[in-house]
Amino acid sequence: MMLPWLILVPLMGGALAWAVQRAGGTAVRGVALAALAVDLALVLAVWSKALPAAGGWLADFARPWIPSLGIGLHLGLDGLSLVLILLTLVLGILAVGASWTEIGDRVGFFHFNLLWTLGGIVGVFLALDLVLFFLLWELMLVPMFFLIALWGHEDRMRAAIKFFLFTQGGGLLMLVAILALGVLAAPSAGLRRFDYFALIGHAPGGVTGWLLMLGFFLAFAVKLPAVPLHTWLPDAHTEAPTAGSVVLAGLLLKTGAYGLLRFAVPLFPAQSHAFAPVAMALGVAGILYGGMLAFAQDDAKRLVAYTSVSHLGFVLLGIYADNRLALQGVVMQMLAHGLSTGGLFMVVGAVQERLHTRDLDRLGGLWASMPRLSAAGLVLALASLGLPGLGNFVGEFLVLLGSWAAAPAFAAIGALGLVVSVVYALTLVQRTFHGPARAAAADFSFGHLAVMAVMVAGLVWFGLYPQPVFDLAGPSLGAVAGTAAP
Amino acid sequence: MTGGDLTALLPFLVMGVAVPAVTLAAAFRRPALAASLAALGTVLAFAALWPAAGVVPRQVTPLLMIDGYALYFAGLMLAATLAVLLLSLGYLHRRPEPREAHSLLLLLAAFGAMAVAASDHFASFILGLETLSVALLGLIAYAHGRERPIEAGLKYLILAGFSSAILLFGIALLYLRCGSLSFAGIAFALGRAGSDPAILLAFALVIAGIGFKLSLVPFHMWAPDVYQGASAPVAGFIAVVSKGAVFALLLRLAHDTPLASGPGATVIQAIAVATILAGNLLALLQDNFKRLLAYSSIAHFGYLLLAVLAGGVLGAEAAAYYLAAYAVMTLGAFGVITQLSAGQAGDDIEQLSAYRGLMWRRPWLAAVLVLMLFALAGMPLTMGFFAKLTVLMAGIHGGWWPAVGALVAGSVIGLFYYLRVIALMAAGRPVEAVPEPTRWAGALVLAMLTGVLVWLGMAPAPLMALIRRATLGG
Repeated sequence: MMLPWLILVPLMGGALAWAVQRAGGTAVRGVALAALAVDLALVLAVWSKALPAAGGWLADFARPWIPSLGIGLHLGLDGLSLVLILLTLVLGILAVGASWTEIGDRVGFFHFNLLWTLGGIVGVFLALDLVLFFLLWELMLVPMFFLIALWGHEDRMRAAIKFFLFTQGGGLLMLVAILALGVLAAPSAGLRRFDYFALIGHAPGGVTGWLLMLGFFLAFAVKLPAVPLHTWLPDAHTEAPTAGSVVLAGLLLKTGAYGLLRFAVPLFPAQSHAFAPVAMALGVAGILYGGMLAFAQDDAKRLVAYTSVSHLGFVLLGIYADNRLALQGVVMQMLAHGLSTGGLFMVVGAVQERLHTRDLDRLGGLWASMPRLSAAGLVLALASLGLPGLGNFVGEFLVLLGSWAAAPAFAAIGALGLVVSVVYALTLVQRTFHGPARAAAADFSFGHLAVMAVMVAGLVWFGLYPQPVFDLAGPSLGAVAGTAAP
Repeated sequence: MTGGDLTALLPFLVMGVAVPAVTLAAAFRRPALAASLAALGTVLAFAALWPAAGVVPRQVTPLLMIDGYALYFAGLMLAATLAVLLLSLGYLHRRPEPREAHSLLLLLAAFGAMAVAASDHFASFILGLETLSVALLGLIAYAHGRERPIEAGLKYLILAGFSSAILLFGIALLYLRCGSLSFAGIAFALGRAGSDPAILLAFALVIAGIGFKLSLVPFHMWAPDVYQGASAPVAGFIAVVSKGAVFALLLRLAHDTPLASGPGATVIQAIAVATILAGNLLALLQDNFKRLLAYSSIAHFGYLLLAVLAGGVLGAEAAAYYLAAYAVMTLGAFGVITQLSAGQAGDDIEQLSAYRGLMWRRPWLAAVLVLMLFALAGMPLTMGFFAKLTVLMAGIHGGWWPAVGALVAGSVIGLFYYLRVIALMAAGRPVEAVPEPTRWAGALVLAMLTGVLVWLGMAPAPLMALIRRATLGG
């Protein structure tokens, strides 16, 4: 019963935030924070009341919606959805905090878009009807388009349109695949034609099955992003305002990974099994190529953007290695990447806000004037390069361990990514914070520092004691594992 | 003719009374009275759909088939006509042209459109079509003091005459072979005699004639010029009422006769692919908003052809929902142009450059336009999403993969030019909104259209249930 509210609260909060625009920026931000906090409380309430059932489903909500087409309002919460929704709301709250001073104009509309994107993302993690899933998938794009197009940096419009066209192009292929799956696979399903559980295990074989699987895979691979479909990412992440970059990197990319885990692999187990070598090769390519490109950037934000390509390469590798170990690594990598990269975008965004440049050639020696900001940046960069004791290490290590069992060659090449990541992360630290001081500005405020503290605490927790996450997401991963291991 | 027949005909009879009444008001130069009578006529005719729905389906005279399907489209046409009537009020307010004949012509065109949607006989089809076309000609060239409307009117006159001639030639050939003008009679004769080259030629000519009216590629050249030359409300009327009625007829023709089977299907699929791709690609090049909408409308009728190809109940349902969505979003987009251009003396506000920063100057109108454009692009939470979904489902069900592929490619291209307009409207820095006189009738229409767009985009089930009842009943 509570599940629709998890989506509706951010949406209503966004509308309310826009409505109180006249009362000033603080009121808008307060409303946004309150809405997300209420949503977080709701999630925790659902979790506390949940009775663990078969397959790990904690809560379920199903109502007919468009019976003539067999589309229903079906939402479900399991461990995987739960950890990702928690990440969504925590990062959302931090993003509101991080853009407290950055956004000065149209504050109401900004937070409207931010909260609607978050609502769409929460919905994506809950939807169990494929048409509803697609609808929410699109819902998160439109506000994100506005976030980039209206509050972004110099080249924002081109980046926004590119982002929209790429993701929407992939999305339309997925829509065709969804409809075709509903029409071909469940002809007699009637009222539940597009229901996840009605479709699972009914994938058509032959060429049709392959084409449908590719339709899903492409949409999620664009979002993930997998090389060579990643070219929208550096533009969108670089041009977006800080909160937009945080949501893009921390959350939107995760929806691609979630889509693969929840839909592409379980709906098409046989095809995914046969496709796994290709997908793993793409993952490894992403790890190395993204890392090398990150190293070559002069724009600090672009550098961080490319690290996402590299980190999400591990996710792709782990999903298709598809054994329990690798999948647990995937979940950990998603959470840790959300915090570390989201945090790095906040650091770089704060530098941009203070110094009006992201050019690494014009930065340097910031440690002298901004020790707090620089220290936070250092810790996050170390997390990003996979320092043991922080969450990213656990994720990457488990993915490599799991894929070694499945495909040693890919694991061996992918492990080189850890070397590359050291190079780009230390380059970022060296060129921004060390060296002769070329620029100076005010340090992090205590509010900002609190945001950073939450991020770093999360990363340390994941790095030292990841077991609770594994316990929570484990049952959902059981449904994925063993279906596609090569 | 029985009492039941008369009840079924009631919406048509109301229109038949309203047209001469408005003519009288126009003859005495009472623009306000003419407009009120026209609005009253459409409302009463709309109300008459309920008693009529109780007695359908029935064949009234050999010419008209009044069934749920015909009544559904009649309702759609009437609602659209009322919207255009109200939008025109503010638009014509300070223009030099006489206003009274405008309402008359709109009402007459709507009458013709209703007849087209209800005909299952070529004689009534031609009668309705000519009523519609002649009235439209007057509407397109209405601002006779200016050059562009006259040019557009002339273009429309020549092409409408030309396409009617092609259509008539095709019909004559069918009559020669089948000895009947009713769809059922033709299907019966073809079922016995089978197909021959003359029949194929006849169907090709009929498709070409209808293709002109729907501005399908390669018969689309007139549309952008006419949309640009006509006033914004009239352009919306052509896009929705005129094209919608002819499409309803095409669907019925394809259902009753073997027009869309065998080689006909191949031709229609080729036309669909060409229309989708050409319409969307040409829309990319436009810097005039009305021309852009014209090409977008061409593309949308390409999408709609998937429903014709799919056929059956699924195709009819998809087309009925799509046309309703298309009517809302197209009237909304043209309605915004109308509201912006109201009270202007010269051309409409139609250059895309004039839309720069609209979000900050006229926030409410811009918000409506953004929603309409997202709907045209098929975004969720608007009717446009489910419209595209139903048509795609119909296409996939029938296995029309080239057309489905074209739809996907076309939608991606379409996004680009819709987003371009939205990006343009969002450009610039916020400024204080400029107070402009509000045209209340138009604002009311836009508010209703937006409400319908979002409401039926979130809860489409009631409309879909209505459509299912209408299509099963006939």
